[in-house]
Amino acid sequence: MKIVHIPDGFLSTPVWVTLDAAAAPAIGYLASRAQKGFEQSQAPLLGVMGAFVFAAQMINFPVGAGTTGHLLGGALLAMTLGPVSASIVMTAILAIQALVFQDGGILALGANVVNMALAGVLAGYLPFALWGTTSWRRIALFAGGALSVLVSAILALSELLISGVPMSGRMVGASVAVFLVSAVLEGAITLAVIESLERIQPKLVRRPSRRTSPVLGVVAVAAVLLASVGVLFASEAPDAIQRLTHQTISEASGWPTKSLTGLAGIALIYGACLLFARVAARRRSV
Amino acid sequence: MHQAVVERWSRGNSLLHRRDPRAKIGALVVFLVALATAHRGLAFTAAGLLILLACGFIWARVPLAGAMARAGLVLPFAIVFALISWAAGDPGRAVALVIKSYLSAFAVLLVVSTTPLPVLLRGLEMTGTPQFVLLVAQFLYRYLFVIGREAEQMSRAAAARGASARKWIAASGPFRAAAGALAALFARSYARAEHIHRAMLARCFQGHFQTAQNLRFCRSDAVFVLAASLIPLAVRIAAERALPWPR
Amino acid sequence: MAPLIEVRGLRFKYEDGTAALNGVDFQLEAGETVALFGPNGSGKTTFVLHLNGLLTGEGTVQVCGLPVNRKTIPQLRRKVGIVFQDSDTQLFMPTVLEDVAFGLLNLGIEHAAALSRAHAALETVGMARTASRAPYHLSAGEKKRVAIAGIIAMEPEILVLDEPTANLDPPGQRSLAELIAHLPQAKILVTHDIGFAQALCHRAVFFQDGVIAAGGTVEEVVSRLDWDFSVERSKFRP
Repeated sequence: MKIVHIPDGFLSTPVWVTLDAAAAPAIGYLASRAQKGFEQSQAPLLGVMGAFVFAAQMINFPVGAGTTGHLLGGALLAMTLGPVSASIVMTAILAIQALVFQDGGILALGANVVNMALAGVLAGYLPFALWGTTSWRRIALFAGGALSVLVSAILALSELLISGVPMSGRMVGASVAVFLVSAVLEGAITLAVIESLERIQPKLVRRPSRRTSPVLGVVAVAAVLLASVGVLFASEAPDAIQRLTHQTISEASGWPTKSLTGLAGIALIYGACLLFARVAARRRSV
Repeated sequence: MHQAVVERWSRGNSLLHRRDPRAKIGALVVFLVALATAHRGLAFTAAGLLILLACGFIWARVPLAGAMARAGLVLPFAIVFALISWAAGDPGRAVALVIKSYLSAFAVLLVVSTTPLPVLLRGLEMTGTPQFVLLVAQFLYRYLFVIGREAEQMSRAAAARGASARKWIAASGPFRAAAGALAALFARSYARAEHIHRAMLARCFQGHFQTAQNLRFCRSDAVFVLAASLIPLAVRIAAERALPWPR
Repeated sequence: MAPLIEVRGLRFKYEDGTAALNGVDFQLEAGETVALFGPNGSGKTTFVLHLNGLLTGEGTVQVCGLPVNRKTIPQLRRKVGIVFQDSDTQLFMPTVLEDVAFGLLNLGIEHAAALSRAHAALETVGMARTASRAPYHLSAGEKKRVAIAGIIAMEPEILVLDEPTANLDPPGQRSLAELIAHLPQAKILVTHDIGFAQALCHRAVFFQDGVIAAGGTVEEVVSRLDWDFSVERSKFRP
């Protein structure tokens, strides 16, 4: 989690305003779904599992050559508590990290929420929802963990690039390489922990329904498209950035178009999340 | 510096501590936006805002040096990107990144070190943040250190078990031991949540958390939020207009 | 006078089918303090959870003259106050005062009255100065007192304490015993602490395999079932 919390001062005004405007109603909606009217008895469970994620980051996973990694948690939460609750827990985690630990900005909270609590959770849950009851299960568990980290990180990187942080093509490539390593680690940890959980307390892991809803398929395709847009944009960015650094920020002519593309991509995510939340909530009440 | 220190600061009793949290939240947002949107004359705006915040800490009787150090947690991340920007030929952005991220963290710290977290969360609730999310955050904070302590114990036990795995199994032994420890911690946390639920029911919980905090917004709070919003804006306008800047 | 608690033939099975209680008969008179002894897993805690309807089994359970069912549970949860073994799961609110006031607010008591009753309860247990503290920073003994305050604020008729001296040092155990001795309610103490039980309890019952295997004074039960480790200490010294 510590890698991709964006502090205040990094995102340009259109970016953080748009993401705050996107995150606020999404979280409001998910909170009302999680709360189910006036029923708030789940709050302690979600809070305790949020504390678990914090504490889990203290447990070191040795990956050889003396390096260790740790769990980030979005996918694991989604596979055990469900995507709606997982989003709420992640939002609470981000709020506590910003306020109590000064890790992540306040104006940037919307961006961090979109990256990790919405897109990250969605990306972590989709493979599990689609293939969690098939023979591809282990791959789905791994993919969920890996994608949740990868999507969050690429989104964060894109937002920084759109805001004009100058990174050369090589640097962007290096960052993506680091993200891939974290993603693989998260996938491995998520898989190992879920399998371990099933041995000790199988009821804790969700059983995704065998019915493959067509809407889920659409959302999955949209997510893949999104990821490609993100990657394309990131790889395209270096050329734009080189142009940018020769001009002052307020006069960059290519800048508004680039940011618009980026923001459109983010609007797509928002739409996908809303759609998915609706689908997930409907299926839970069935 | 441990979180317990900031928590202790938040229990002080200065005039600033006693302001309604909604006033402090409002002033904070204005401050952050004024800072985030500043471009020309940033260095002077920043100097003025830094002095303003420092006065706030002194007025609140919170140790200034400690607070400045704590806000510095954001610096490693900011400096990396500052170096990248400088190397790419954008020194203005490099300076802006460091200044803005530090001052923003410093401002948030002023609010957090003069407002106990439950009061702050209640203030957020009364300004429209979804209550459910705040409830989750409240319980998260309550059990953060309890579960952290359990994790520490399990981590040591897992390390001890993993250390006995034969070397040619490579990292898989310790890796799986750590995964097992995490799964066990997950299950224990879940069980703890069930016991909490049981304790809530035993004390007649009906499904909705009644609030025990009543906040009253009084005249001093109104004066405060007005002053605390106008001064940063004034500083920024002064820095941008009063001094001649190259276009 | 009718007993405060009357249990006949209580049976309870866990979800996986294991029998936790195999026909328990139990009575509690007004003003009594009874100790529940027995090995871990013998059903003591499972039993007390039936007294306020947190668990429901077969057989009759009558508390304060009312049968324990869905309609009476809201009242009974006020009349039977349970202090659980783990104070950290019992004190779940952000501050001590909010936690003690939790039950009162749930009962619909008006805000200001709830807070003042909470303050009074904290005074009774000697914890008034911790009202605005976070529970995490309190010692085990202080947490136990605050937990008790949260229960007595609701003015129950019966107090149940599950292993209250766990995690307490001897002075802590002593001052807890003093506190409990001064509380007017009828009490059930689930405990392994023989000395504690002797100090406070009129009688004891012994749980074994989900039934009550013996009853009598604390000394009778303890000696009949060989339940006192301190007697044998000399055997282990070289």
